[in-house]
Amino acid sequence: MLETAFEFFSFTEPNVRTVTLGTVLLGIGAAVVGSFTYLRKRALVGDAVSHAILPGVALAFMITGEREPLYLLVGALLAGWISLLSIDGIVNYSKLKTDTAIALILSVFFGFGILLLTAIQQQGTGTQAGLDSFLFGKAAGMTTKEVHFFGWVSAALIGIVVLFFNVFRLVSFNREFAISLGLPVRFIEFIMATITVLAITTGIQAVGVVLMAALLITPAAAARPFTNRLEWMIVIAAAIGAVGGLVGSFVSYTHPQMPTGPWIVVVLSVFAVGSLLFAPNRGVVASIRRRYQNQRKIRTENLLKAFYQLYESGATSAITKETLQAHRNFQSRERAKGLKELLQRGCLTKESHQYALTEKGLEEGKRIVRLHRLWEVYLTERMRMQADHIHPQAETMEHIITPEIEAQLIKELNTPQKDPHNSDIPYTQ
Amino acid sequence: MDGFWIVLTGTLVASVSGVLGAFLLLRKMSMMGDAISHAVLPGIVIAYLIVGHRASFSLILGAILIGLLTTFMIENLSIKGKLQVDASIGISFTFLFSLGIILISKYANQIDIDTDCVLHGEIAFVPLDTIYWNNMNLGPRPIWILGGTAVLVASFIAIGFKGLYITTFNLDYAKSLGINVIFWHYALMALVSITTVVSFESVGAILVVAFLVIPPSTAYLFTDNFKYMLALTVVFGFLSALFGYSVSVWLNSSIAGSMSVVAGGFLVLGVLFSPKRGLVVRWMRSKRISPHQPAYRK
Repeated sequence: MLETAFEFFSFTEPNVRTVTLGTVLLGIGAAVVGSFTYLRKRALVGDAVSHAILPGVALAFMITGEREPLYLLVGALLAGWISLLSIDGIVNYSKLKTDTAIALILSVFFGFGILLLTAIQQQGTGTQAGLDSFLFGKAAGMTTKEVHFFGWVSAALIGIVVLFFNVFRLVSFNREFAISLGLPVRFIEFIMATITVLAITTGIQAVGVVLMAALLITPAAAARPFTNRLEWMIVIAAAIGAVGGLVGSFVSYTHPQMPTGPWIVVVLSVFAVGSLLFAPNRGVVASIRRRYQNQRKIRTENLLKAFYQLYESGATSAITKETLQAHRNFQSRERAKGLKELLQRGCLTKESHQYALTEKGLEEGKRIVRLHRLWEVYLTERMRMQADHIHPQAETMEHIITPEIEAQLIKELNTPQKDPHNSDIPYTQ
Repeated sequence: MDGFWIVLTGTLVASVSGVLGAFLLLRKMSMMGDAISHAVLPGIVIAYLIVGHRASFSLILGAILIGLLTTFMIENLSIKGKLQVDASIGISFTFLFSLGIILISKYANQIDIDTDCVLHGEIAFVPLDTIYWNNMNLGPRPIWILGGTAVLVASFIAIGFKGLYITTFNLDYAKSLGINVIFWHYALMALVSITTVVSFESVGAILVVAFLVIPPSTAYLFTDNFKYMLALTVVFGFLSALFGYSVSVWLNSSIAGSMSVVAGGFLVLGVLFSPKRGLVVRWMRSKRISPHQPAYRK
């Protein structure tokens, strides 16, 4: 296994070099363009266009009688444009919605393509094999000439994206604003449509019609959770697209009967699901962890507050579970968890079922009570709210207010000494 | 006679998938039909590997399971993973379809399914696959299978019409009545999966996808009444199958492709001549040829 891996990654075999280079380039090109497709919420338009260019390719072949990639590309571009225009046309001029229009164009155009394909087969020109590979891709059978061609196309796509990066970003995120600036939005959208169709037409060589949507948008979906910066998102998407291409060609190198395209898509999907789960801030795991931490914060802070208030009302320094419960109706499981966490953090001490706040716990409890009462003062003085309406809001805000906001509140309210219910506001010396 | 069987098969597929497609269309889930019809591939392959032959029942079971799995994946990617809905659809079905093709390639020598046939199907072979009972020719097998599916789908819709109808037209109202919205969503998707798989063998994915969306859309352009829409869907499905077959005979081309194109032709007629919003009516209104109607747009 290692040996084959070494053999593969040394790229000494010209055929391996060609195929790998080709799929990697196509993966990068599609991922870069697909980032915009994804952000413009046109994920399935890519699927429709990839099906819709079939009749264009078939017609180009029928007219020229040659399998020259350039002619086929021109036919594909024309068909792709027409399909995009038709989708817009259906949405604008009938009561059908976008998703229906996409599905309609996909099936009508593809059906037309199949009709033409079978008609070509009847003519028996014999060279229609190249058209059949349209359906499932033919990464493993790419010639050096084709790889050069796709290489140039991918380079052109990336060049166009770099060149027009700012306008593309503007149109993708805020079309109305772009119009108000007097930009030629229609023309920019035309360029974007063109590079999308180009990326699809070439990408189909690697993965085929059905899976093209994945090559376009899965890398973008995988990159999105990692960053909020568009340029980084594109770079990450391109890297993922490249890895997909690499792994795909590796698998079909070690297992020649395996198709390249589906493996590329499986790798991309694993990346996408992985990043949706494990991305640092937006991932599912991260958000579950955040929620858990929040719950713990609120739980322990409520307990500390209860302890402090009990001290304030003159309780002796040791407090039992029952006194706590009499002060505030905690859920018994939550209370037990919170007490354990506070003991671990060194905010509490425990001696024969009696709890006492440590120095650290006292300060913490004081802080929560202070924030609560400061917010109550703010609500009555600045928001002109009634004193009997403010408690629930303060109950939430006490867990949220940061030290910076606290300092500002104290400054703004001139260090108030009493809250609206006439309790002291405790400050640290 | 062959032509009769082929047109009948086409009409059956068109009616079953068209009626389901009408619900999908109104739920703004047209692309779900496309997605599920591709995603069921690994289900078919796995069922085939386990059972070892093309027994329709196990294939249907595999399809239902994978159809529900697809729906589940899409829901979770978009809700838990905060992905756009159409991106979740795209990612889910391409992933499952890839798995299917990989499985086919791995077990190529054990499986009599090739990827081409999944997409194209061979409606032309329908008349050849006849079944006999006591030496009596009962007609082609696909007709019986598709007929059975049609009965299943029709009876489910007849029994569950209220539930499907209300969850389609007013989801929030349905929820407030305590109707199990999720059940109806998954039930519809299960029916779509069954229809797709059953039709695969005889007509291929292309025609199923086309019939799931084109005839109901055409019907929707001509009427605002849901029951008329269902009836018109069947009519357009039949016409597409009939004329599509004629075109394919005339051009000696793919039957599935020709039927899709003819269905598309009816759609164009719909966009042009739709009685309320058709291009022709709009043009006449803009010229004020029909003065008794108010000249408004959209």
